[in-house]
Formats: sequence, C-alpha cells, structure tokens
Amino acid sequence: MSQKKPEKLIDKNDVRNDGRGLNELRPLKIEVGVLGNADGSAYIEQGKNKILAAVYGPKEAHPKHLAIPDRALLRCRYHMAPFSVEERKSPAPSRREIELSKVIREALEPAVFVEYYPQTSIDTFIEVLQADGGTRCAAITVASLALADAGIPMRGLVAACAAGKVEGRLVLDLTDTEDKGGEADLPLAWMPNLNAITLLQMDGSLTIDEFEKVVNMAVEGCKQIYGLQKEALKAKYVAVKEEVEE
Amino acid sequence: MKSQTMVRVKQKQIAQLVSIGKRLDGRELTDYREIQLEVGVVGRAEGSARVRLGKTEVMVGTKIELGEPFPDVPDQGVLTVNTELVPLASPTFEPGPPNEDSIELARVVDRGVRESKAIALEELCVEPGKKVFVVFVDVYVLNHDGNLIDASALAALAALLNTKMFNYEVKEGEVEVKPGYTPLSMRNYPIAVTFAKINDKLIVDPWLEEEQVMDARITITTDKDGKICAVQKGGYGCFTTQQISEAAKMAKQKAGELRKLVVKG
Repeated sequence: MSQKKPEKLIDKNDVRNDGRGLNELRPLKIEVGVLGNADGSAYIEQGKNKILAAVYGPKEAHPKHLAIPDRALLRCRYHMAPFSVEERKSPAPSRREIELSKVIREALEPAVFVEYYPQTSIDTFIEVLQADGGTRCAAITVASLALADAGIPMRGLVAACAAGKVEGRLVLDLTDTEDKGGEADLPLAWMPNLNAITLLQMDGSLTIDEFEKVVNMAVEGCKQIYGLQKEALKAKYVAVKEEVEE
Repeated sequence: MKSQTMVRVKQKQIAQLVSIGKRLDGRELTDYREIQLEVGVVGRAEGSARVRLGKTEVMVGTKIELGEPFPDVPDQGVLTVNTELVPLASPTFEPGPPNEDSIELARVVDRGVRESKAIALEELCVEPGKKVFVVFVDVYVLNHDGNLIDASALAALAALLNTKMFNYEVKEGEVEVKPGYTPLSMRNYPIAVTFAKINDKLIVDPWLEEEQVMDARITITTDKDGKICAVQKGGYGCFTTQQISEAAKMAKQKAGELRKLVVKG
C-alpha cells in the first residue's frame, strides 16, 4: 500500500524525516561471506535497502567468443527482486537495470587487476531484495566486498554513496522519497586508494557551485563507508581465525 | 579491414599527441568537429532533425500519440526516448534488440530532456490518469564516428523544437483532431557535452579513434540557465574531483556555443 508523501522532507532545524542531519548516512550493516556456493559474497543494509552480492570466478569464459586474450571479462548483473519495490517489478531486466549493470561494472573494473586472469570471466551478481533509494551505490559498495571476498586481486575497495539537493538544501545519502521529492540526486563511487571517482551520474538541477559541493559531499560519504567496508572485511577473517583456534 | 598494427600505431600517436595538447585531426583539445544541422528532414514525422558531427551522423524523428500516463504523474504527458544503433552505421553494430550501449545512449539523452523539464509535459494531458499524449523521440544513428551522445542529444533537441502538435478538441473524453498545427511547447534547451580522458587530459567531442584510446568519458548536460541537469560517466577509467569541476565549467561554456546552433534568436 502506498504511503502518503510527507509535506516536508526536511524541517526548519535541518532534521530530515528519518531523524538524520543533512550530512548523515543512513545506518549501515555490512556482512562479508554470506553465501555458501559463491566464491565471494557480501550483504548490505543501508537504511531500508537490503542487497546481496555474489561473485563467481575467475572461471573459463562462456560463451567462449567473449573471452578477452589479455584480461578477464568482468561481468555484472544488477537485478531487483519483484518484491523489492512498492509495486511488483517484472523480473525481466528493465532498461534501467541494464544501464545500471553497465555503470556498476565500469565503476568496479578500475579496481580489479583484470590483466591477471586472461581468457576468464569474473561474474558479479547483485540482487536488490528491498529498495529505498541509492541502490546502485549500495550495490557497488557490497559488490566490491564480494570481489575482495572471492580473493580477486584489487587496487582497493570501491565505496559508493549519493548526495543531492532536497528542498533547497544539500544532503547526503538520499532515501527514495527524498530522491523523488528532491531537486537533484548524484550517485558517486570513490576509490580511496586511487583518490578517484569511478562512477558519477546525476539527474535534477544544480548550479556548478552546488554540483561541486555535492560531489565533495558524496566523496566524504564514501570515505565513511570505506571505513565500514574495511571493518566488515576484517570481521570475517577474525571470525575464521576464532573458528580455527577453537 | 584495417590492419591491427596500424590501429595500434595510430592509437599510440593519438595518446602521445593529447599529452602535449594536440590532436591528430588538428583540433584544439576543447574544439568540436564541424557541426551541420538540418531540421524537418522527414515529413511524416511530427518533428525531425539530422545532425552531422564530423563524420558522425544522427537522425531523430518525433511522433506524438495518445497513451496512458505514468501512475505517479497522472496529469502529465509522457516522454519516451529510444535509440537504434542501426547496422548500416558501423561494422560493430548488429541487428537485434537494443544492447547496453544503445540503452545507455537513450537514457542519457532522455535524462537531459526530462530533468531540464524541456517539454511542457503538463500541457499534454487530455484526461488526468487516463489519457495523455506520448512524445516519442527516436534516435537513429546513421554513421558512427564517435561521440554519439552529443550528436544524439543535439539532434533530439532540434527535432523537438521542430515538432508540431496537431490541434485537437476533447469531446466526451474522445480526442478529435482539428485542422492545423501548433509547435510543441518547449521551455528549456538542454545540451550534452562529452569529454574523453586520455593520458589524464580532458578532450571535448572525441571521435571514434579517440574513444578507442580513452580511459573514460564524462557527459555533462546543462540547461539554458547554465545549470547542470544530467551527468553520466562511462568507461573503465576514473576521474579526480578536479577533473570533474574542470569538465563542468567547460561543459557550460561549450553548451552555450552549441545551443546557438539549435535555438535561433
């Protein structure tokens, strides 16, 4: 059932509907190594978003003609579960999902040493189980952990986060309601090790000055997420170590 | 077929030249290729345009039909952008359902028009929640020589500005077509400007061989007030925040120049 849209998304004290400040991320929960069959996997909850990622590979590329002689073929599938949104989404890949799969792949590939595994494919599957705005960013955050969990050599993790403009104010990590009711949304992926942006999209309306501020705001958000990513990755190995020592 | 060795030599040369601020075709780093624009090239379409950007050639036709509105905006007309990378345009294009490049191209063009609120969609409502006009923008790539995004976005805008809407009257919920036409109501003029990053330098309007060398690209669409309304990064490389700011400022300037070609007066 559709919820009623609140009249105001941000109150006069700069507090957002969910109680966050303008520059605050939603609560994050990240877990690494959550699926049995995958070579690497991870799970993220960012606010109401719930996303699973799994990596299979490097393995022989199929179909064979897709294999690249001097590097691995990184494939990526972003997919939303039919029950992940308000109105049932058809499970067939939409144009939006095809575009997102492409930009997510291009956001992850700079991080992976694809040249180490010629002729192979590395398949990344992302399933959005519940969506509430900013899923492509959470998907990149969790997929880069799944790649790391699969033991694939990487230049570093990729963290992603959106920032934007809602009711005249610049805000971090928009929810679905804020995205739809706001003026602009800018998803961004950041590689701390390279100090570089690997995904950048925007829709809405921003002056150049606001645009620069929003980019920097999103980068700061990514830095916070990066800290949590590292913790989650370490936590898995602490758990494994404890198991071994018992 | 071009020899692979020649391609490699040329690619190396393109990259080396860019690093000293030059381009193989003699352009400055921030120059567009020559742009030719024709409108009203297909009489059957409600609006049409053909853009030549160097050797890249794109045709856009618009059609207006009755349809249903989206449930979240029941009182507005619908914009649908579709692109066809027709096989006659490049040896790398194949017949079949749209691939991800084609979908990305359509969605980037769509985002520019939609987010700048270029079309007065609320004027295209016949009966809220039931009947609205759908504006179809079909992008037809005829020759691919790089930078399809800017050529397509420019042709789409030109075609929309060329679009005529048939006069009509609503009688008992039915649309009755009347003689005569009025231009489609347009409020904004979004222009996409694409940069390629080669050897850590940004170049405007990459042609095909530059695209094959580039690390990444970024498209920034600005509206008539110089505000940014859409951004899309593509390719496997990355950008620094400084490069993004640099691109944003340059995009605004270049868009101003391009807009003069499409919007007269």
